[in-house]
Amino acid sequence: MAHLTPTPVLDSGQERTMILNMGPQHPSTHGVLRLLLEVDGESIVRMVPDIGYLHTGIEKTYEAKFYQQGVPLADRMDYLAPFHNELGFCLAVEKLLGLEIPARAQVMRVLLNELQRISSHLVWLGTHALDIGAMSVFLYCFREREDILRLFEAVGGQRMFTDYMRVGGLALEVPLDWFQRVRGFADKFPERIDEYEDLLTHNPIWTRRTKGVGYMSADDLRAIGVTGPCLRAAGVDWDLRRDMPYSGYEKFQFKVPVATESDVYARYLVRVEELRESNKIVLQALDGMPSGPIKADAPHVVLPDREKMKTQMEALIYHFKIVTEGFNVPAGEVYQAIESPRGELGFYIVSDGTPKPYRVHVRAPSFANLQSLAKMCEGKLIADVVAAIGSIDIVLGDVDR
Amino acid sequence: MPLTPAVTGIEPLKDRPEVARLVAANAEAIPDAKLDRDELTIWIDRAFIREAVALLRDDAATQYNFLADVTCVDWHPSVPRFEVVYHLLSIPRKARVRLKVRLAEDGAIESVTSVWPSANFYEREIFDLFGIHFVGHPDLRRILMPDDWEGHPLRKDYPVEGYR
Repeated sequence: MAHLTPTPVLDSGQERTMILNMGPQHPSTHGVLRLLLEVDGESIVRMVPDIGYLHTGIEKTYEAKFYQQGVPLADRMDYLAPFHNELGFCLAVEKLLGLEIPARAQVMRVLLNELQRISSHLVWLGTHALDIGAMSVFLYCFREREDILRLFEAVGGQRMFTDYMRVGGLALEVPLDWFQRVRGFADKFPERIDEYEDLLTHNPIWTRRTKGVGYMSADDLRAIGVTGPCLRAAGVDWDLRRDMPYSGYEKFQFKVPVATESDVYARYLVRVEELRESNKIVLQALDGMPSGPIKADAPHVVLPDREKMKTQMEALIYHFKIVTEGFNVPAGEVYQAIESPRGELGFYIVSDGTPKPYRVHVRAPSFANLQSLAKMCEGKLIADVVAAIGSIDIVLGDVDR
Repeated sequence: MPLTPAVTGIEPLKDRPEVARLVAANAEAIPDAKLDRDELTIWIDRAFIREAVALLRDDAATQYNFLADVTCVDWHPSVPRFEVVYHLLSIPRKARVRLKVRLAEDGAIESVTSVWPSANFYEREIFDLFGIHFVGHPDLRRILMPDDWEGHPLRKDYPVEGYR
């Protein structure tokens, strides 16, 4: 195909309007997102998002790595929800292998995923409120997020890119007092959600900036590829955790919050309610935590424990084989989707039978959700763009990959 | 779930509503189908893809009312070189299906943006990273790479380290 000559993105030729570049360094774009706005005074005539400033080429990198080296790569895509990326990748590879993982590892994965969802929503709530001008909420949210990151640090050794899940289970057993610490957090957290709600839900400034802003009908949202809380705020009762369960989510009792107004305020209410539901799932996971191994019994795939390596020759050989040559994955292809804080996160992996994936594609929720931004903002004011971007909750690492 | 052998071919999968609907509409344009790891894959001829997506969306038996993803796989050096992959999701039926189109290196394919507006970004990404041309796309520009970038990075003959 001949190389297309790049066309000018915006060239209206109108006398009245002006082209305004919002971003890529604007603080309210939540990262490096450039919005080309064609403005008529204060209102927006047209909008074109320009992405790619954070493009890391991660899908290309996957093709040169072993499967077990894919987990730390997955961490670095959606950098506010690394555990969801890890889970999506591990589930996809386990589906390719036909591997069963033990019950304790499954419940641990759910527990970590819901803590991660809380932490991701807290960052969203804090920054979204800060964009609109509520400073205290930001400080409060980051106070609780710090607690969660400390829990992650205790379990995986790092605060953000924990690299804790493995194909076939988890990397390590949790520290002794870890469950008590999680329970301490989960017991006090509902009061904290009430604090955020006190600051925002009936705050007249907040409601005037968010109610009726960024409306889109449910059919439009679905047609343009939006998933997650934005779609649920439009009245579509769809959550992959409940409707297409994975990793044992069918054993948990939780409600899926749904609103109907489909504006920025409705998305705020849905996400705040999701914080409460996630906290309930965390408590259920703590109560029903089974005992047993955290790794599947698959010596060709899962690395042996260090103790075994020092006492058994077979374990040492397996370890050497997996680290140096990787493990072969039966040829085929899978698409495994999970419910990330932003919507449907899908991993499409094609295997040709070798230890390295032939092709990995990530269906990133933010990438699809971003398409709705232009439709939400055209005809509105520049100040509403800031509210709309915040309500979609994009993460640029997830958009650009 | 231990692996079971894949079921291939149109005949054994005739009872699936997706296959039945597409075969009833245009049997020549459905070369093959596969059920592997509980995932249904249907191969579609290049000229039929837009109609196939619209049929699956509008038919009461299938109701695939969400286009989850469009992507591409490069099978270099085999011929035809590319496979464009569509993942559809049915929210009412809680089901997924994968459609695949085999495509030659200089082949163009009809855009599905008229059926699904969400394909806009997905197809731009494929155009950017694989160099596949989508006919009828409203705004076919590079999306992730700079406008003056040469080559298509996700092709298999493009080095992982880049040319520089």
